[in-house]
Amino acid sequence: MDRKTTENASNGEKKPTSPNADLKMEFSEFWQYSPAPESSDHIELKERYDLFIDGAFVPGKKGRMMKTINPATEEVLAEFTEATSEDVDSAVKAANRAYEKTWSKLSGKDRGKYIFRIARMIQEHAKDLAIIESMDGGKPIRESRDVDIPLAAAYFFYYAGWADKLDYAFPGRKAEPLGVCGQIIPWNFPLLMLSWKIAPALAAGNTVVLKPAETTPLTALKFAEICKDAGLPDGVVNIITGAGPTGAALVDHPDVSKIAFTGSTEVGKIIQKSLAGSDKKFTLELGGKGPNIVFEDASIDQAVEGIINAIFFNQGHVCCAGSRLLVQEGISEKLISKLKQRMETLIVGDPLDKNTDIGAINSRMQYNKIQEYLEVGVQEGATIHQSSCEMPEKGFFCKPTIFTGVGQSNRIVQEEIFGPVLTIQTFRTPEEAVEKANNTPYGLAGGIWTDKGSKIFKVSQQIRSGVVWANTYNKFDPTSPFGGYKESGIGREGGLHGLYPYVRLSANR
Amino acid sequence: MSDRIEILKTYKTYVGGKFPRSESGRTYPIRDVDDHIIANACRCTRKDVRDAVIPARTAFSGWSEKSAYNRGQILYRIAEMLEGRKDQFVNELQRGGMKTKTAEKEVELSIDRLIYFAGWTDKYPQVFGSINPVASQHFNFTSPEPTGVVAVISSDESPLLSIVSLIAPVIAGGNTCVVLASESYPLSAVSFGEVLHSSDVPGGVVNILTGYRKEMLDHLTKHMDVNAVLNCITDKEIRKLIDENASISVKRVHHYPVDDWSDDTHENPYLILEFQEQKTTWHPAGI
Repeated sequence: MDRKTTENASNGEKKPTSPNADLKMEFSEFWQYSPAPESSDHIELKERYDLFIDGAFVPGKKGRMMKTINPATEEVLAEFTEATSEDVDSAVKAANRAYEKTWSKLSGKDRGKYIFRIARMIQEHAKDLAIIESMDGGKPIRESRDVDIPLAAAYFFYYAGWADKLDYAFPGRKAEPLGVCGQIIPWNFPLLMLSWKIAPALAAGNTVVLKPAETTPLTALKFAEICKDAGLPDGVVNIITGAGPTGAALVDHPDVSKIAFTGSTEVGKIIQKSLAGSDKKFTLELGGKGPNIVFEDASIDQAVEGIINAIFFNQGHVCCAGSRLLVQEGISEKLISKLKQRMETLIVGDPLDKNTDIGAINSRMQYNKIQEYLEVGVQEGATIHQSSCEMPEKGFFCKPTIFTGVGQSNRIVQEEIFGPVLTIQTFRTPEEAVEKANNTPYGLAGGIWTDKGSKIFKVSQQIRSGVVWANTYNKFDPTSPFGGYKESGIGREGGLHGLYPYVRLSANR
Repeated sequence: MSDRIEILKTYKTYVGGKFPRSESGRTYPIRDVDDHIIANACRCTRKDVRDAVIPARTAFSGWSEKSAYNRGQILYRIAEMLEGRKDQFVNELQRGGMKTKTAEKEVELSIDRLIYFAGWTDKYPQVFGSINPVASQHFNFTSPEPTGVVAVISSDESPLLSIVSLIAPVIAGGNTCVVLASESYPLSAVSFGEVLHSSDVPGGVVNILTGYRKEMLDHLTKHMDVNAVLNCITDKEIRKLIDENASISVKRVHHYPVDDWSDDTHENPYLILEFQEQKTTWHPAGI
């Protein structure tokens, strides 16, 4: 293969580049990966899980059970309870009692100590939680171990410190808690989303009824055990499991003061509508179709890594995923070719294997949805490119996929697929990039790749989204607010701004 | 004193920097306390709502990209213009049945409130933005940006002070708006449009419609190009309708029931914040 030390930029001038820039990455020829599975032998899962209400595990009143499976093996991991509206009612009542009798009576300092304790206990159980997360949800152990669980602990640690400092959070205002918060979380980052919800709620002095997703209830139930072990007063955190109807019962409960929901825009709209006319506060963290814009002056190899991380992180089950690549014309051919090569190196397989890059699709339902979109893409006339990687025989797995030749109005460009599927469009001018980036109903996150600082600031201001990653992507931190513009949601989670939805402000004079 | 025959003012709407009549061609009478007709106000309907959202959307990018300093100066300019026309507004309010002292106070408070919010334009991003100390090697900051087009549904009380108190925080934050004026006494709102027009406020930033709320509110709050609603109507059915309509496109709704517009609690930056989106930007820090 030729080695070129220079390449031409769009204006025809020579542009410095890495001497290896045109070399194809052929890792498979050099390295053979032996299986490196994380052992799950020591993981203790109960056969069946009750609801966690008022500090104790109690069976559901109607005794209805659901099953959660490992999406990589399709084996049942455990049974859990489907909470009925009666169960929801007793959970909300318990939360209300805890709010009135204990939690609102505690000083901020003491609340903080409990939350710190929870943070530490998550750290102590980190490995087990990571393994359970990967078993229940299908995400690679590398991600659950290095991202989900450490960040979940970090969110509790961050908000614990706010509990006795609320007087400094809102200038000129006194922050008071709202009461019982009903929280509904998705299956893509189960424990992490739980931490985004519960940590600020408790810090601000509220009590919580939380419903995890029906395909990933296990780490939330493990978290319930942690709350118990941490000596958190009974009823401050209640975990109820179930599917849509359980969530609806929680949203509709009259004693709930605030609803926090993370999930699809479709369900978010239903929730917003069902809250119409009520005084309940709400935050919605909904879908996205993140534009990832690569300019000609970007560092291409860095951008390729970023694009891969943006769309294939967590199988693409990420609301802020960079699922629409917008690449400037002059470098598109080269970038797409590098991207395809890089995609070939991704290892799809056992989520518990430490070498795995892309784990299992979370559920059969989601698997079918992604397959449907792959068909739609082809029908719409786009060109599909998939990795030739080996695929496991069992379980729900999807090859990393790129679509080229797509148009702005294509469904695969406009609609959230929530899988490892990237669409690629090109643009000529920054204005065109911004126009295309903003041309969906969503506005959660976006990426910009360029070496020019002034371009980053200008373009990032013009992208209508709550998060902009410049020369990076899919980074999260408890101090960093997250949330959407437009139909991607209302309100922020994380950071100082993430406290605001959990307090009522009154004049401080 | 001659027996001069007074020239009566035709009250129209204020849309896209112009003063068009309602597309419906209809009007409704506005009466004084003695039940005499003072004016015929435009009875705007669905088409007028759509015609008002278009310039609001068009004006958004220009207005939101103006410097905070410039927006502050323009808000201050509105106050200056209003000060110069104080008598006109006092008279107009008096004709609607307001006592002289109350009318004077209303106009003065309106002017002061504009100045209050003019001063916030280059401060609220400092007070409500943040630099976030993330654990990784990144520079990370959060700053507020305007939500977009805001539907403002004003109340019937204090017909001038109310719309000033509602419009000021919305446009101080870089949003544009479509305002449904007081239904019972919309004249001050229309005249306020003339003040805006002579105050360097770009056309389309504020659009003011008059008419029956029930003929406009549903269409306005359903409109896909409206991003948020600021509502002062306390009627439960109306509130519910607004909330339901908002859910169609995840609009932000701020219900703002007000008893006393002259109360200085209406001067606070948290009102600006209701129509701001927080944007967080990350960049690696490295050599």
